[in-house]
Amino acid sequence: MYKYDFVRQLNTKGGDRHQNPFHIDVTLMLILFALCLTGLFVLYSASEQSFYYVKRQATFMLAGFAGMLIVAQFPVRFWERIAVVFYAAALLALLAVLLFGIEAKGATRWLNLGFTRFQPSEIAKIAVPLMVSAYLSRHVIPPSFKHVTGALLIVAVPAFLILRQPDLGTSILVFASGFFVLFLAGLRKRYLVGSFFTALAAAPLLWLFVMRDYQKQRVLTLLSPEDDKFGAGWNIIQSTTAIGSGGLSGKGWTEGTQSQLNFLPESHTDFIIAVLAEEFGLLGVLGLCALYLLLVGYCMIIAINAQSQFARLMAGSISLTFFIYMFVNMSMVSGLLPVVGVPLPLISYGGSAIVTLFFGFGILMAISSEPKRIGTWR
Amino acid sequence: MLQDNAISDPRKEQKIFYLRVMTSVLIVLGLTSVILFRYFDLQINRHLDYVTNSNKNRIHIRSVAPTRGLIYDRRGELVADNRPSFTLNVIPESASNIDQLLGRIGDLISLSERDIERFMKRVKRNKRFQSIPLKYNITEQERAILAVNSHILAGTEVSAQLMRHYPEGALLAHSLGYVGRINDREIKKIDPEQYRGTDFIGKIGLEKFYENILLGQVGTEQVETDARGRLMRILDKTDPVPGSNLTIYMDTELQRIAVEALKGERGALVAMDVKTGGILSMVSNPSYDPNLFTSGISQKQYDGLLNSPDRPLFNRALRGQYPPGSTVKPLFGLIGLQHEIYDMDYSIYDPGYFFMEGIKRPWRDHNSDQGGHGYGVDLAEAIIESCDVFFYTTGVKTGIDLLSKESALFGLGDITGIDLPGEKRGIMPDRAWKKDKRRQEWFNGDTINMSIGQGFMLTTPLQLAVMSARIATRGEQIIPKLVKSIDGTPVEPEFAGEKISYDKKYWDYVHQAMVDVVHSKKGTARSISKGITYKLAGKTGTAQVISINEKEKYDSSKIDKSKWDHALFVAFAPAENPQIALGLIVENGEHGSRTAAPIARKVIDSYLMGFQQDSKSSATAKLAGGFSNPAESN
Repeated sequence: MYKYDFVRQLNTKGGDRHQNPFHIDVTLMLILFALCLTGLFVLYSASEQSFYYVKRQATFMLAGFAGMLIVAQFPVRFWERIAVVFYAAALLALLAVLLFGIEAKGATRWLNLGFTRFQPSEIAKIAVPLMVSAYLSRHVIPPSFKHVTGALLIVAVPAFLILRQPDLGTSILVFASGFFVLFLAGLRKRYLVGSFFTALAAAPLLWLFVMRDYQKQRVLTLLSPEDDKFGAGWNIIQSTTAIGSGGLSGKGWTEGTQSQLNFLPESHTDFIIAVLAEEFGLLGVLGLCALYLLLVGYCMIIAINAQSQFARLMAGSISLTFFIYMFVNMSMVSGLLPVVGVPLPLISYGGSAIVTLFFGFGILMAISSEPKRIGTWR
Repeated sequence: MLQDNAISDPRKEQKIFYLRVMTSVLIVLGLTSVILFRYFDLQINRHLDYVTNSNKNRIHIRSVAPTRGLIYDRRGELVADNRPSFTLNVIPESASNIDQLLGRIGDLISLSERDIERFMKRVKRNKRFQSIPLKYNITEQERAILAVNSHILAGTEVSAQLMRHYPEGALLAHSLGYVGRINDREIKKIDPEQYRGTDFIGKIGLEKFYENILLGQVGTEQVETDARGRLMRILDKTDPVPGSNLTIYMDTELQRIAVEALKGERGALVAMDVKTGGILSMVSNPSYDPNLFTSGISQKQYDGLLNSPDRPLFNRALRGQYPPGSTVKPLFGLIGLQHEIYDMDYSIYDPGYFFMEGIKRPWRDHNSDQGGHGYGVDLAEAIIESCDVFFYTTGVKTGIDLLSKESALFGLGDITGIDLPGEKRGIMPDRAWKKDKRRQEWFNGDTINMSIGQGFMLTTPLQLAVMSARIATRGEQIIPKLVKSIDGTPVEPEFAGEKISYDKKYWDYVHQAMVDVVHSKKGTARSISKGITYKLAGKTGTAQVISINEKEKYDSSKIDKSKWDHALFVAFAPAENPQIALGLIVENGEHGSRTAAPIARKVIDSYLMGFQQDSKSSATAKLAGGFSNPAESN
């Protein structure tokens, strides 16, 4: 029992939340606030020192905070119940994209609602783990073969639809968010090993039948960016140059030559970590990672202390998905992974991602502020 | 332990979940370490490499082309100038569709296939966001058209740079030469540092010979640019040093008169200042417009020049090798006298033919049909009337060895050392030469042919002028020069060796004979003495283009003009105090006396009168009398 001691402590400490009438988790909010502030700070420098993007991003963030607080007011049971509806809506929206979506840069990812445009794959990022969590929590843990198959099906349909847009990056992330639920639900080791080998076997199939030429190009570029210095390799060469030239402490805020002189592409969106690394150096990167780990760690504690199987799975999946965004983004910008369009969570400019993230954190906050009913292993 | 179990056990579920979360934490920490290790590697281990890369990105050394040195003639007239010229450039990365853009430009202004081809070649090897020249030398009108349509021409820009211009065009082309775009062959030879920022290099003529002096020192600017190549700021700067200005001895006006005097005949003329060796005029007719080459001559135009039967690109003055004919007689006579092969009283009988012992075929005198020059032909008469038989006779006596060795002192058979590239040596044959080239012994017959400037002997018009100058100065081995001063610093005259120490009486004798060629009643060039106010020493020459055997008679009406004899003339004046020496040839001009000599008279007249005008103080009388050195009187 000794090894659960720290959980017990946390539970004791979190006991105050029983009396939380507004469903607010101050710690979570503070960490998010710190991350958002960091994001705006870097964004100002990354967007040629203009307030245009900063203002818009700040607006999205404020809306995000508001949305998060609203979402947190709904009981966890509510989210569990509407999971099916939510999931169905997401599927419909994804189908609609394929039928009437707006095409941009060779991909169809957006739906035009008349007053605004939105990306249904963003809903899927929430809807898929929500649905898988709801599905698996109704059954015995660890899931049987039947339920594993069922869960995989739930994940595979939207992932396939997103793949058709085509958006390999989001498709993989959506798949991952669902898979995390399975993993947290205790997916048997043999399935884990099996899925590992399936993934290995699927890689060549993906390469041959699924991946488009530009996607293959990105993988090839990762392996040898110098082959096409001014073409496909440009982004990755410029981003590693930005990161590397930042050194330990960086060139100083708004002093990064790679970003300020526009050598770095997409500096305010997907590649913003390179701006941070260039201007604040390794220390800046460490600082950001610390914030992220703090957030992920805190979310995992929320998950552990969650009051139902559904809440646990959902909270765990959200934290892991969040981490995976950060991991994929930081890896692709530094040349560890091929460039897939994954923004750096809470730092990269982009309204859709902010809204989705805060929606997720809203659910987390709902989970964390739930009155504790079931006991722990005391 | 974790068996399939239909009964839900919250505690067990929690435990499974807890273990999985812990596994996740380990994975999260592991993956984070991977990332951090990567960033550590980039930012700490390889930091300096990336700093270098990052600086390479933004900091560029831009070359600032130096202004090419100007060239002035002796009167200070600008003969090689730099003029602003406009180039249409395209930045391929800034154009949305390069083919479409080229099509649009082609609709507005004329673009040649060659422009496009050259442009496309450079697109492949240039850096991103660099402007690449599409069309050089666009006109004022084209600039206006492009400016008006600039809204549909994104990615284009018009830049100004200095372009070489030769205000006198064809007049001085063979001396000045021209600059042109650096070609692949030249790129290998030049120091690329020095030529950053310029596309041009001297191709021929003075422009080539003085390339290093005219070029100047390239300047650099260390600039910071953004990814689109836009200049952000200048970090450091070294100004270029302009090339040195040259002043040449040539007189544009005199050159014009010489060209006019040649009246469109193919030929060449070189006039030298005998004191300094300065080239006063150098004509090779016909000529070409060097400005065609600076802006990139079209293949059609170039083929036209190259294939013209008149060979305008060929510098006859420097590279044309002709038999000197009788123009070498004064020199050969002088050599004979000095080496006491014969004396000034020595004379011969000229029956119109010369027979060599043991050889049946006679050598014919040019006036053999009039019975030759008769009795008592001495050296002076042989020069004045251009008697061949005298020189056949004395030539054999003097011998090839002496003639060849001494002629070399007068600049024959080797390059003169003028400051122009591509000079030809001509041929001053000797025994060794014949053995080497013809694999034969030297025969007396060869000497006889050579003694009247025929046979194997070949000279360039420049060599003829140098020979006259060295005779005129009584043996100063002056080297011809085009450049008078570099950036105002005079270029010292150069000599090929010590003054040739021939006896004064022989110089006097030969000078007088050459004066009499023009001024005496029997002189072959007496026709040009009319109205002359100074003493002009000269010698006519006729060089055979085809050999006529002894039974035939040369009749120009029966043969094609391209096979007519070449007319030659060498001269210096004023005889008492020579200022100017000259050598000239009119291809297929038939007779030196009729065609070539009048041209020499016009040029020398003009120079001496012009000189008198320049010095202002001197009266006409002074022309006939002693001339002072122009350098002193100016």
